[in-house]
Amino acid sequence: MYLGKVVGTVVASQKAEGLEGVRLMVVQPLNTDLTPRGNVLVAVDAVQAGPGDVVHLVSSREAALALPVWFVPVDAAIVGIVDSVDVEGRP
Amino acid sequence: MTLCRVLGTVVSTVKHPTYKGLKLYVVQPVDEQDRPAEPSFLAVDTVQAGPGDLVLVNSEGNGARQILKEKMLPIRSLVVGIVDAVDARIPAGLPEGAVARGDA
Repeated sequence: MYLGKVVGTVVASQKAEGLEGVRLMVVQPLNTDLTPRGNVLVAVDAVQAGPGDVVHLVSSREAALALPVWFVPVDAAIVGIVDSVDVEGRP
Repeated sequence: MTLCRVLGTVVSTVKHPTYKGLKLYVVQPVDEQDRPAEPSFLAVDTVQAGPGDLVLVNSEGNGARQILKEKMLPIRSLVVGIVDAVDARIPAGLPEGAVARGDA
């Protein structure tokens, strides 16, 4: 589970059956000191996050369990909007 | 499972219902020398660990679902133990510490 910043949305009309009605967001993964790490990815949104929000995500199979619909073919899900990250010894 | 130091806490009020009431920690994987070994990540506490503790983290959903007794559970990494001691003897010829071994 990791931090990320929502940087946009994705629209895909032609897609797998389980992905209907699912909000697809473009997310930049972040280190826990909020610096960017690696490539952007596309995650489903389970908490109404918006562009600019710092969020926390879950990966792999557990991402599919974030949505009420049974079995959605996804490997990343936004499961919380972050208010603060309080890490000792680091701002 | 991974040896980690608890670095701090992530606070988030708007979140998936299964995260309600759970503490979300920032954890830093460490090697047998208690030195940072990989990028830190997030884990939900289940053993009342605190910042600075050396803990055991399990990053696999099935265990999370058993511990938190929830089927539709978007949680993968859980703090499952507070470590009292690590007594690790690295075999001769293998460098000490993750960085030296190129694991970090």
